[in-house]
Amino acid sequence: MALSITDSCVNCWACVDVCPNQAVYQDAPGFAIDADKCTECMGEFAEAQCAAICPIECAIMDELGVPLNPLGSLSGIPLEKLLALHPHLEMA
Amino acid sequence: MDLPVLSNTASAALSGGGCSSGGCGTAPDALSHLPDPVRARVRDHPCYSEEAHHYFARMHVAVAPACNIQCNYCNRKYDCANESRPGVVSELLSPDQAIKKALAVAATIPQMTVLGIAGPGDPLANPERTFETFRQLSAKAPDIKLCVSTNGLNLPQYADEIARHNIDHVTITINCLDPEIGARIYPWIFWENRRIRGVEAAAILIEQQQKGLEMLTTRGVLVKVNSVLIPGVNDTHLQEVSRVVKAKGAFLHNVMPLIAEAEHGTYYGIMAQRSSTAVELQTLQDACAGDMAMMRHCRQCRADAVGMLGEDRGAEFALDKLDALNIDYDSAMRRRKEVREAIIEQLASQREAKVKIAETTNKREMRWSLAADAEQTAQVSAMPMPQTQTALRPVLMAVATTGHKLINQHFGHAREFLVYEASSAGVRFIGHRKAGLYCSGSEQCNDDDNASSAESTLEGTIAALSGCEVVLCSKIGYEPWKRLEQAGIQPNGEHAMEDIEAAVLSVYGEMMAAGKLANTAPTAVKAA
Repeated sequence: MALSITDSCVNCWACVDVCPNQAVYQDAPGFAIDADKCTECMGEFAEAQCAAICPIECAIMDELGVPLNPLGSLSGIPLEKLLALHPHLEMA
Repeated sequence: MDLPVLSNTASAALSGGGCSSGGCGTAPDALSHLPDPVRARVRDHPCYSEEAHHYFARMHVAVAPACNIQCNYCNRKYDCANESRPGVVSELLSPDQAIKKALAVAATIPQMTVLGIAGPGDPLANPERTFETFRQLSAKAPDIKLCVSTNGLNLPQYADEIARHNIDHVTITINCLDPEIGARIYPWIFWENRRIRGVEAAAILIEQQQKGLEMLTTRGVLVKVNSVLIPGVNDTHLQEVSRVVKAKGAFLHNVMPLIAEAEHGTYYGIMAQRSSTAVELQTLQDACAGDMAMMRHCRQCRADAVGMLGEDRGAEFALDKLDALNIDYDSAMRRRKEVREAIIEQLASQREAKVKIAETTNKREMRWSLAADAEQTAQVSAMPMPQTQTALRPVLMAVATTGHKLINQHFGHAREFLVYEASSAGVRFIGHRKAGLYCSGSEQCNDDDNASSAESTLEGTIAALSGCEVVLCSKIGYEPWKRLEQAGIQPNGEHAMEDIEAAVLSVYGEMMAAGKLANTAPTAVKAA
């Protein structure tokens, strides 16, 4: 059971600082999560800490590849506007 | 014609402390209400003292990438080297790299007196990287002042540490006091291990900002407050913000225009939230100025900017270039001391000279003003106007300059204009306005052909100069000349290489002589 970080990571370090398990490490093009260390913060915090501070939508995924912060959930920008601007996001 | 150069806070400036009006506006005049020890602390700080920004340089080191809130005017994904705005950097630095860069800049630009940490995230959301940088720098270059800029969420937690590190200048961005307004500016915050949204989030942020402000001022830390003017969201609320933060001890308020372009991908940009016009910004700054010293020379620089305000020499000091710089640090530090002392001495003697001029012109000004009244009254006597104290109509003039207080720039080369107000009471600096398109990297970023790009730049510049009746520059082309005239702005290239304030007064005198200072400004002839 572990979370993962997609290529949309902007390298802001926020998740590194808040991870209680030091599971996040620097990689290219963005940060990555060590699946052996990640507990999804179960039993420690109500929310996975990386996903609770990450400013980028769809950057942090659960084991099934479902984004913890889906498109539009952080910025509040309506989905239709986002999709019009970034048609390739339709799949996400 | 002799007129004094006015301070922003009209009176009080000329007496006491040996500190009078000067430069192009905000300080020391706008700071004249402050006690001497405070003024002494900001006299060589380009971001706080308007006077100092002509002589001293600053640098930001980008060691703080993480942020703990989201603002609707910010997008962490966007990073273009041609952009110059807060939140944007080209190269993130570790504390060790930041020190290496800071020492190289200190040696190369001896007038660099201030190192700030302003992002690209929030410095206090990166406490280890931020304070490690300050710790190393105060050990290796103790003559550099330290400052930090924060959203305030973690401020109460770190107020003591800030005071301990001898960081004596802190900027807090405070956009509102009302959580309902805050919810329209901040979609979420990260607080006590949770992402909190909406009004609840804004209420926590506001509470922490206010608490942090009070904690810093009681610890003797100088606090400046930044506010972003967002039309329709907090525009009518910012005067209240100004009043409250002043009461809590902030020494300077900096109201900045919103930067919102769709291509930046910010919430406001995509939702087509409009920015304030230059006139709206100035009106609000003037309204707040009654309660609070206002800063008018802010350039909203990048979180890795290097050099004088309005310039960015960051690229010269990119990490891969630092090793090639051969620096003798000991002699560089001696040189820094000499340069700094020479500038402070020069400023002091300029101030003394200005006090003398002001004392002698006070009487002359009164005579001039009375004579002008008489003349103006004669000219407008046929009009049904009250005859009491007809002060001459004030006029805004824009100036193209590369610095040194001279009109020394071609209109088409100007990336910003300084705006001065001339009135029967004298000249005062009002602010600066960015020319044309916001992004400066048109050759890389703009797909338009050059002609239409130049066209839209000129359009943008004319819009930015709205309210100004004259633009002073060293030279100007025929086409822009014609277009400015159509827009009701008189181009003037007759004062090239002259002192700005003297030229503004001289043009104002000509306008008076030509009878152009009747009480209403001429309406612009709108171009089709």
